[in-house]
Amino acid sequence: MGAAVDTPSDIRPEERMAAALAALILDPAAPPARHIAVGAASPIPAAACWLVRKSGHPVRLSLLHKPSGNPFTAGTRELFDLTGQGRIDLFFLGGGQIDGQANINLIGTGDWPGRAARFPGSFGSAFMYLMANRTILFREEHSPRVMVPRVDHISAPGVSAPGVFRRGHAQALVTGRSVFRFDPARARFTLASAHPAESAASIRAATGFDYDAPDPVPATADPTPDQLALLRGPVCDEMLETYPEFCRRVFGRSATEAAA
Amino acid sequence: MPILPLDRLAVLVPDGALLALPPDNSLTPAEFARALVRAGARNLRLLGVPVSGYATDLLIGAGCVASVQSSGVSLGEAGFAPRFSAALKAGTIAMTDATCPAIHTMLQAAEKGVPFMPLRGVLGSDILAHRADWKVIDNPFAAGGGDPIVLLPALSPDIAAFHAMMADTEGNVYVGRRHELATIAHAARRSLVTVERIYDGNLLEDERLAAGTISATYVEAVAVAERGAWPAALLDAYSADPAHYAEYARLAKTEDGFRTYLDRYVRRAAAEAAE
Repeated sequence: MGAAVDTPSDIRPEERMAAALAALILDPAAPPARHIAVGAASPIPAAACWLVRKSGHPVRLSLLHKPSGNPFTAGTRELFDLTGQGRIDLFFLGGGQIDGQANINLIGTGDWPGRAARFPGSFGSAFMYLMANRTILFREEHSPRVMVPRVDHISAPGVSAPGVFRRGHAQALVTGRSVFRFDPARARFTLASAHPAESAASIRAATGFDYDAPDPVPATADPTPDQLALLRGPVCDEMLETYPEFCRRVFGRSATEAAA
Repeated sequence: MPILPLDRLAVLVPDGALLALPPDNSLTPAEFARALVRAGARNLRLLGVPVSGYATDLLIGAGCVASVQSSGVSLGEAGFAPRFSAALKAGTIAMTDATCPAIHTMLQAAEKGVPFMPLRGVLGSDILAHRADWKVIDNPFAAGGGDPIVLLPALSPDIAAFHAMMADTEGNVYVGRRHELATIAHAARRSLVTVERIYDGNLLEDERLAAGTISATYVEAVAVAERGAWPAALLDAYSADPAHYAEYARLAKTEDGFRTYLDRYVRRAAAEAAE
């Protein structure tokens, strides 16, 4: 196998984010994560879920884009039906823009439907954000162009008007720089931790929306040596088929090696 | 059930048709899309079920498309869909944004022959604000009211097109675990299907295969197109070709590059077939 050294200086940013996501998944204060679904193009959330599973927690993982042994026999339609019934406990969403009320924009910027810069589209977010029991927002890029005061267009709202049927909200936002917690009652983020090399000031400078922050700001925990060994071994084994490029880049491993 | 040459299948799509296409991870009819380009299809109204990828971007780039309704248009790990983005910016296509379960639900209403179906969620999304055809009512079954819910109209595509593993001579087609394709076929007025090969026998007479089979009731015509989902994957038959996606994404960044792509991979196939 490739990268096997587990000294903290060798921790990859992706590994740190996966461990931070895993801690949020297992947060005892959050509703239990019995069934987690992971959408397309989400290798770091997928790694976090596998890390939880390989750490011995009996969670059901439904990876939408798993080519072999796909969990569904009716594609994403089945995912949305399950979620409509309240049977998906946790989902992950990202955003081309994310604002301080946890609204996400996957449509684009400028006039509708994204005449300045078009993003791919909202996918299932307008449904999943309201109907999953909780959502973790995830976006590697943490800059003022992504973390904006107010999104140009709302693909899915962070909070809903009274009376609107809604099962869950954002639990947290994990980025390449930090972890925020979200309080739906106040529609506001609080900085929970900053990754190494970041500070209260650097997070503030990179974030276009206002949020609360403790003083001092805690550091995001390193993955433990056991977690790193799991990520680089059994977690990567599970991910090679679906995310070959990610596994090569982060773990230095190739799919052909797995087949050998 | 006619089994046609691929290019005869493509000309069964009239200009202006509402054409439903599955995405790249679910039996996408990529070779059929290339045949539509060769056939000079025009003013197609594409419906991504529930999202869109290579085939949609290719058809847009080739000038075959008037409008797109979809919940997302992208090339997956190869990035944004370049011809879609360029056409949207130039204003040469109309875009109607949706969200995945809404598209499934509109097709399910058509499948059942009912005029609309409700869907939870969506309230508070700007998608809803831009959909005059989606309505919000107060749930009539809620005690005391005060429970707004979205109603979606039934949607019947003129044509559904997809690439299945195999067909039999009756016109039954095997889609394996991808049962969501049945919803598209049931909702569409007719389905045009490409397949890897013709199955010797009747798929519905084999209990194991029947579970993954769509009845010929819904299928208008079939054509054989080997590796017809390429560069996408097809069930367990073959994997996706990420190098080709990357090449497409690179070339399709510009109009000239896209023409090169067409010459290299779309028109060339027609020339070879004519030889």
